[in-house]
Amino acid sequence: MGKMNVPDGLLYTKEHEWIRIDNHLGTIGITDYAQDALGDVTFVELPKVGDSIRQFEAFSSVESVKAVSDVYAPMSGKIIKVNDGLMESPELINQSPYDKGWMVVIEIFDENEKKNLMTASEYRKYLEGIIE
Amino acid sequence: MKITPLYEEHKKLKAKIDNFAGWSMPIQYSSIISEHNWTRNACSLFDTCHMGEFIVYGDSKESNLDKVLTANLEDMDVGSSRYCFMLNEAGGIIDDLVVYRLAQEKWMLVVNAGTIEKDERHLKENIYTNLENISADIAKLDLQGPSSRDVLRKFVGEGIDKLRYYHFDHFFILGKKVLISRTGYTGELGYELYIDSEGAQWLWNLILNDKRVRPAGLGARDTLRLEMGYPLYGQDINEETSPIEAGLERFVEFKKAFIGREALLKQREGGIKKRLVCLIANSRRAPRKNYKIYAEEDEIGFVTSGTFSPSLSCGIGMGYIRPDYCKIGSKITIKEGKVEIDATITNRPFYKKGSLRN
Repeated sequence: MGKMNVPDGLLYTKEHEWIRIDNHLGTIGITDYAQDALGDVTFVELPKVGDSIRQFEAFSSVESVKAVSDVYAPMSGKIIKVNDGLMESPELINQSPYDKGWMVVIEIFDENEKKNLMTASEYRKYLEGIIE
Repeated sequence: MKITPLYEEHKKLKAKIDNFAGWSMPIQYSSIISEHNWTRNACSLFDTCHMGEFIVYGDSKESNLDKVLTANLEDMDVGSSRYCFMLNEAGGIIDDLVVYRLAQEKWMLVVNAGTIEKDERHLKENIYTNLENISADIAKLDLQGPSSRDVLRKFVGEGIDKLRYYHFDHFFILGKKVLISRTGYTGELGYELYIDSEGAQWLWNLILNDKRVRPAGLGARDTLRLEMGYPLYGQDINEETSPIEAGLERFVEFKKAFIGREALLKQREGGIKKRLVCLIANSRRAPRKNYKIYAEEDEIGFVTSGTFSPSLSCGIGMGYIRPDYCKIGSKITIKEGKVEIDATITNRPFYKKGSLRN
């Protein structure tokens, strides 16, 4: 397995989602490790703008050739934007998991939930424990 | 877990390796979709050493092979092969296989990896002449794709051009004997190469040195075979399903005696309770194994195989449904939990542009 990209400045979950927090807004996606483990992403089911999502609860699912996987919310919030481009081009998640492959933007309900997430260096260590 | 003679090569190529029927097999090297597309457009090499090979010596009748297999063996020429089934008395499929007529009185049966042991038991009980399980001694590599003939011509010369679909011959590659058969599981022009296990690594690397060829894993093998509507043993067919239920009657020669014939005739007359159909989704969402199939509110069956089709960019699958619902063009819904996929019953193959018979 190659070296996984884990950008600094984002927060991470054990289920391999990331969130980038900027002025009470959080952009959410799945990590490089997650996209690599899934393989070619072929379909993304996204929530609707206006939906509320809860920390660590499934809010979306991602299908690859091999399997279907739930995506869990890194933090609670209200969906204010979804990446419609993924409907036509789900492969953006493989090609650019932290940038063009973002999934949703939420208005964060409670920034204290950050303490339940990992920093980039913690997530790197966590991955080392998973990847033999 | 069992490994093939090419296991170290797969590791060198950084393949993702996973369990398939008790074997550690490469699932993908780069990505399933890119390997799929390379096979459709150029040429891929697959490790299929996990599959089994048996040799049966003797006349087809004297050995009883004629009764064990559903194909017409009598009119097979030496140098030809046929897809067929080994059935139990109830007409259930013990295995699907390709039988090769190696000589007038010598046959090779190429069987699935997961069924080698039960096939051997069944063969030992029913074959009266000499039987050998040569699975461990024989390596099999599949070279599949529209460029496969051009690639092989470089190694074995123009003799390859004479090989017709479902025929085979012996060739020499740098002095090593290789049986090459024009068969495959992808829907593309392609060949299956049989060599002594010790020669597997050498042949694998020799062919991969040709830049037209790339390795492909079992992931792409599955999407390629599904686009052709080819069944996978253990998933779409098993001992609980018959060739009639699976819509594969054309691989059964009813004009001869064979194990399971009475049961199949009964099914032909009395009807069947389920039938395998091909399903094409109206979206990119893939039907998957065990998802339920509905016609309006009625549950009518279940999915046995499904995937995203890289060539058609939509979900495709196969499943058993009640025969009264199996009309081509019928709309059905595939459900699992929150997932609902609208789909249509269609003809095989899903992918119609393969180079198979070029």
